[in-house]
Amino acid sequence: MGHDMRTGLVRFFRLLTSSFRDLVPIIVVISFFQLIVLQQPIPDFGGILLGLFFVLIGLTVFIQGLEIGLFPIGESMANAFARKGSLFWLLAFAFALGFGTTAAEPALIAVAAEAARVAAAGGVLDGSAAAQADYALYLRGTVAFSVGVALMIGVFRILKGWPIQYLIIGGYMTVVVLTIFAPANIIGIAYDSGGVTTSTVTVPLVTALGVGLATAIKGRNPMVDGFGLIAFASLTPMIFVLIFGMLWSALG
Amino acid sequence: METLINLFWSLVATSRDVLPIAVVLFGFQYLVIRQPLPNLRSIIIGFIYVVVGLSFFLIGLEKALFPLGKLMAAQLTDPAFIHGVGVVVEGVNWQDYYMVYLFAAAIGFATTIAEPSLMAIAIKANRVSGGTVSIWGLRLAVAVGVAFGVALGTYRIITGTPLHYYIIVGYAIVIVQTIRANRAVIPLAYDSGGVTTSTVTVPLVTALGLGLATTIPGRSSLLDGFGLIAFASLFPVITVMAYSNFGEWLRKRRRIRGDANEV
Repeated sequence: MGHDMRTGLVRFFRLLTSSFRDLVPIIVVISFFQLIVLQQPIPDFGGILLGLFFVLIGLTVFIQGLEIGLFPIGESMANAFARKGSLFWLLAFAFALGFGTTAAEPALIAVAAEAARVAAAGGVLDGSAAAQADYALYLRGTVAFSVGVALMIGVFRILKGWPIQYLIIGGYMTVVVLTIFAPANIIGIAYDSGGVTTSTVTVPLVTALGVGLATAIKGRNPMVDGFGLIAFASLTPMIFVLIFGMLWSALG
Repeated sequence: METLINLFWSLVATSRDVLPIAVVLFGFQYLVIRQPLPNLRSIIIGFIYVVVGLSFFLIGLEKALFPLGKLMAAQLTDPAFIHGVGVVVEGVNWQDYYMVYLFAAAIGFATTIAEPSLMAIAIKANRVSGGTVSIWGLRLAVAVGVAFGVALGTYRIITGTPLHYYIIVGYAIVIVQTIRANRAVIPLAYDSGGVTTSTVTVPLVTALGLGLATTIPGRSSLLDGFGLIAFASLFPVITVMAYSNFGEWLRKRRRIRGDANEV
């Protein structure tokens, strides 16, 4: 037990050092611009040190949790679904995971509120708080639905072993074509909404699911077939939000 | 004391974010798969680690990085800093903003290196590829892509050129690269676009975009402030495929040299 604890501590320390290395670039960039370019002292130095210490501990503990929690459950569920062999439940799971993790995503809530303000300023909405709240809610629903669909398509691709590039490039082209017809005020938001859907908890989980499925299914290669779910989750929101913007301005 | 209270609320908020995920996972595990999880205890401990780790991480960012980084973004985009105090400039000369591009690139790079979801992908890719994909190589390639993307994104806001031209050209580059790329790298490269933009990068990059769009005459913070995230998700795809091509080229060269030595 004493030995266990010591090796545990040594491991934690090693992780802590590597987390520190991850933070060095930020510390260097911020100090360089503050002290040399802007030539100002660093305000609240003690508070910043404490904050950095928190970031360090947080990153280290999170990476540990990734290894013993998120990766194993993603893989074990992928395995169980592969053995069960029910396409319906696997796709239902993929949809629920995409929809459930995105609907509550704080970054998306922020972007949706911002987008409602843009729409009100652009005259698409009547500007009342209720109309804006409605718009933001519909937009969030659209993005969450699109991520659910994305994971379904992505999982189906892994099962079939389709090359990813045809689907993704086809998606890009759809984005380009829709951009031509979409109202100007939705384009920036649509493009950004692809980036906000993939949170720190979703990414490891979804990656473990994809790689786990590709490992469990015969004839699939985890490197070629396992990755790519995140790519779908960042692409489909753009398409769905562009369509949402077109429908909204068309239907009023 | 205040820090403790913040920490508590951060814990509550993170638990609320993780809750829907946990409900979906355990719901399907016990209602559909109907099998006990083999290592339930350590998985639950892992989830607790994730919640606690993320809470500390977010509180630390709020305390140490975000206020200073946002203040910096505001100061660097301030006309008084760019043109000198009291100087009134007609129109916008994009070359005056070189410090903004430098900051954009530097902060894009630095925040990407600290991005936990990128670490997760890199660890997984390293393991799945049997070590062929190096953790640091992938992270650096993505970070360079984000740096270039954010810098170009600030240039776009400053010049006021339409977002979709850049994105469409970027897509065209991705398509050409895809045709030439190693089949095993394509999905990973596509994924790396989506992972760059989460916890650390988004708030700082958004602050930079909004700062620029509000201080430059003729830009609307509502219309032009968006779009930096899109750049930050597109360019890593390009740099990761380029990195893989470069790696292959190096290996090939080494092999040719090795052959020459043997002869």
